[in-house]
Parts: sequence; structure tokens; C-alpha cells
Amino acid sequence: MKLRIVVTLKNGVLDPQGKAIQHALGSLGFDGVADARVGKLIELDVADDTSDEAIDQMCRKLLANTVIENYRVERQDSVA
Amino acid sequence: MKTAVVVFPGSNCDRDIAVALEQVTGQAPAMVWHGDTDLPDGIGLVAVPGGFSYGDYLRSGAIAARSPVMRAVVEAAGRGLPVLGICNGFQILTETGLLPGALMRNARLNFVCRDAPLTVANATSRFTRGYSEGETVTIPVAHHDGNYFADDETLDRLEGEGQVAFRYAGVINGSARDIAGVLNAQGNVLGMMPHPERRVEAAHGGTDGRRLFEGLVEALA
Repeated sequence: MKLRIVVTLKNGVLDPQGKAIQHALGSLGFDGVADARVGKLIELDVADDTSDEAIDQMCRKLLANTVIENYRVERQDSVA
Repeated sequence: MKTAVVVFPGSNCDRDIAVALEQVTGQAPAMVWHGDTDLPDGIGLVAVPGGFSYGDYLRSGAIAARSPVMRAVVEAAGRGLPVLGICNGFQILTETGLLPGALMRNARLNFVCRDAPLTVANATSRFTRGYSEGETVTIPVAHHDGNYFADDETLDRLEGEGQVAFRYAGVINGSARDIAGVLNAQGNVLGMMPHPERRVEAAHGGTDGRRLFEGLVEALA
């Protein structure tokens, strides 16, 4: 089973990399970019019988730091 | 006093802190490899050194925090063993949950390598008793991810409970409330981004860092 784990910064956590990207887009002439936030995409290939609970624990224990980050799990059948 | 220094693949301040600890304790610390599952018996302090453990993959300190030896460190800290994390060691301690908050990319995205003036915010802990409260000391920083973050409620609690050990006396990396070092609630775990082990001899340009180790050894004697 293929999974995509999308890790994003929580609202309210400053993202200096996102700000730098936003400014760089502005300097390239792309107006109207109100904000940019940088996250991570982690692709996992796990055994088909891996439980939702185990996947959630993988995210909580390692893949995301829940002090600053949120995560979302996408299964391959729901990934285009 | 017997001490131990944890060594990860990518640690690069392990030998510096070993030298500093040997100078103040008179005994070379035990160097403990990340794959070990136990800490040596009879130690009075374990240090988690600076560097780039596991290449900073995923997040700085994230992989190291899940290594076998850190499980032993977390357990020992729970029993009251003093734990000192410096730079990457601080990042690792936050990733284990021993310390609150997280260390994020510096606000200006640059790697900061310079002497940093620090204000001693709490001089009553076993780690900081070699200083006086409110005193300004100079200790170098060298990091890319030193921008301390915690939610406001946590920051208020840290300040209210005296868990802020050091603050930057100036803008260094964008840290919330200029926090450079924090203690856990029990006071036996300190994490700090500045490197006291790089200021222990006159030849280093000063000995402000040595006072941390001397105060600690006195407290633990």
C-alpha cells in the first residue's frame, strides 16, 4: 500500500522559508501571492494490512513534530 | 564525578565537550555510541553534544531522538539524572519531548556562527549556578536551526516557572522571547543553542563557558 504523508507547518508558526519564496515570486513579477508555506511530502510503501492506528503513530512518533507541524495521510487510491 | 557523552553519526562537538568535562571533573567522560541501549553505571551527568546527527535528515535531531541510546537517556532523565544538550543536543532533547518547544530555521535563514552575548535568566539551577542572575556572558553560537518556538501558553509557563536559563542579549536567530536555553520543569535537563564547551580556556577567547561546567560539577559533587 502506497501512502503519501503531507507534513505542513501549523497556522501561527512563522515560516521564514515560505516568506523568502513569497518575496522571490514577487521579485519575478508574480503579483498577488499573499502567502507561501513550505511543507514536506513523504512517500511510504507499507504492508497492505498496516492499520490506520499504526500509520498515525508513525506520523506522531517520527514523521511530524506535532509541536510545530500538522500531517495528513493520503492513500494511493485517493492519490491521482 | 563520572560523566558520559553520547555520540551520534554526525556529532562534531563530542570531543570538545569531552575535553571540557575532563578539565573540570578530572576524569575523561565515557563516550556512548548511539546504538547502545544502556548508559554507563554511576554517572552524574550525560551530555548530548552539538553537530549534525544523521545529517539533520527529516528535522534537526529527529532521527537521533529515536535512537536506542536516547531511550536510555529519557529514562535516566526521568529518574533525575542531569542531562545537558548543546546545540544539536538541544534540538534532540526537544524532539524526545524532554524539553518543550522546537528549534526552527533561523528567522533570516542564514547559518549564524558568531559570539553571542547571553543574559543569564535563571542562576539558581544546577547548570547555571556559576553565574549571577541578569549577568551578561559571551558564548559562541553556530547553528542553522536555533529559532526557538513554543506556543504562548508554554512560553508564559517557562518564564513563570524560571525555566528560561539563558536569553540572547540581541537579535541572533529570531527565537521566541530571545530564548537561548531552557530547563525542564524538574530542573535536571538543560538545552541550549550556544556552545559553552567552546569557551573553557583563555586560548578560546574567554572562559564564560567553563563556569557552567564548574558550577555544575560543584552542584553535583
